[in-house]
Amino acid sequence: MFRRTALAALAAAAALTLAGCGNDSPAASSSGSSTTALSGTVNVFAAASLTGSFTQLGKDFEKAHPGVKVNFNFAGSSALAQQINQGAPADVFASAAPKNMDQVADKNTPTTFVKNTLEIAVPTGNPGKITGLKDFADKNKKIALCAVQVPCGAAADKVFKAVGITPQPDSLEQDVKAALTKVSLGEVDAALVYKTDVLSAKGKVEGIEFPEASTAVNEYPIATLTKAPNADGAKAFVDYVLSDQGKAVLTASGFDSP
Amino acid sequence: MSLRQDTRTGSVRRRTGGQLPLVLLLPALVGLAFLLVPLIGLLIKAPWSTLPSRLFSADIWQALRLSLLCATLATTVCLLLGIPLAWLLARASLPGRGLIRALVTVPLVLPPVVGGVALLLVLGRRGLIGERLDLWFGFSLPFTTAGVVVAEAFVAMPFLVISVEGALRAADPRYEEAAATLGAGRWLTFRRVTLPSIAPGVVAGAVLCWARALGEFGATITFAGNLPGRTTTMPLAVYLALETDPDVAVVLSLVLLLVSVVVLASLRERWISGLR
Repeated sequence: MFRRTALAALAAAAALTLAGCGNDSPAASSSGSSTTALSGTVNVFAAASLTGSFTQLGKDFEKAHPGVKVNFNFAGSSALAQQINQGAPADVFASAAPKNMDQVADKNTPTTFVKNTLEIAVPTGNPGKITGLKDFADKNKKIALCAVQVPCGAAADKVFKAVGITPQPDSLEQDVKAALTKVSLGEVDAALVYKTDVLSAKGKVEGIEFPEASTAVNEYPIATLTKAPNADGAKAFVDYVLSDQGKAVLTASGFDSP
Repeated sequence: MSLRQDTRTGSVRRRTGGQLPLVLLLPALVGLAFLLVPLIGLLIKAPWSTLPSRLFSADIWQALRLSLLCATLATTVCLLLGIPLAWLLARASLPGRGLIRALVTVPLVLPPVVGGVALLLVLGRRGLIGERLDLWFGFSLPFTTAGVVVAEAFVAMPFLVISVEGALRAADPRYEEAAATLGAGRWLTFRRVTLPSIAPGVVAGAVLCWARALGEFGATITFAGNLPGRTTTMPLAVYLALETDPDVAVVLSLVLLLVSVVVLASLRERWISGLR
């Protein structure tokens, strides 16, 4: 008797949960129609290096358009491209490299919105006495670089090829933030990261600029996606990023204008 | 009618076999499918036509050798330190044993990347202990193969400790007491009586420990970094391959899977037959 009631309760709970799941999706997709007033949520998939600046931009955008909510998914650009291709409900994609933008099929024409330059990052006080790129070839210095598979590693590779230096890294990190962490913890004497990363770790990390950085400037493209659940919201957000207010936030984080 | 008669005719066995309760069978099958479906997906999506060339194009063998070496060394470290720790938790009268047991399982709960950062803060070049090591011996663990072993052992040890402690609690302490009354010292008793009686638990723990170490990613890449031939184990190679060429990542995963299944299946057979 007791067992039967318990089972019935369980079945009822399961039915409720299923109903709850079913109700969600049509509500989310119905906001995609071409109404002039913006509403609903905008899902922005953005490169990890944009975390600080885009979070700020999202807040400003929500203030300018009451009733709209911006959701961010920050991750490595290649991971994001794969998620979008596997059907993740993205409205906007901001990539740290044109290559990863190219991997996404269902997109409208991308626009380059910022550029990022490499910089040498050293722990505060520069304990390894790093002066320039040539120190990256010194076996006695602890060096971290990004793996060539990720954008910062590809850019670093280009720089070293351009100046004819063979670096002697102790580690090839999986993304630029991991390389930065190794510097801020003092585990390495130097790493090659972006100017924006050096700025984000102010106090723990010092930056050393080098002239050859101009040989591998990274361009960031942004695009709305053709399968965007919220097409109007997507367009409005991209317009906001490209506006003067948007540019101001991005330059404050260390990005260069294209 | 005795129970023995029943068993002899086989009716007991047949009855339990025929009436497997659906309440158990259904979730069991769903559970099995849940574990196997991603694996099948990997097999279906594998680039079979280009597989042979990919197997030799990448630095797969170097990464695989390093993975097997480090996982085995990490398991050895876990056995050497983990069995005594499990013994302490199960047999010694410790104040606050519950708390210590909870602390031992911390690496299970901790995201591996956080574990890696914690290791850096202690054993890194600027770490609490690591700074001394660097200063006195000019030796630092991060970015070395030894660092990989340390990271893997840190993450995998709880599996061994929990499993061995469970075996110790289930073992009958009367054999140890009997050995003691016959004049055996505590070390001799442990070696000749306790250890053989908990062998299945130790084996199970070591298998779990080895498997966990083999698949370790987060703590390894954070603490030991990633340099081919020195610290790039298979999971790290898979992750980086995923960045550019997902096909290579699938091939690498398959190789890792195949090797671990072969090793685990063959060792298990040998151990179990050896224990009989």
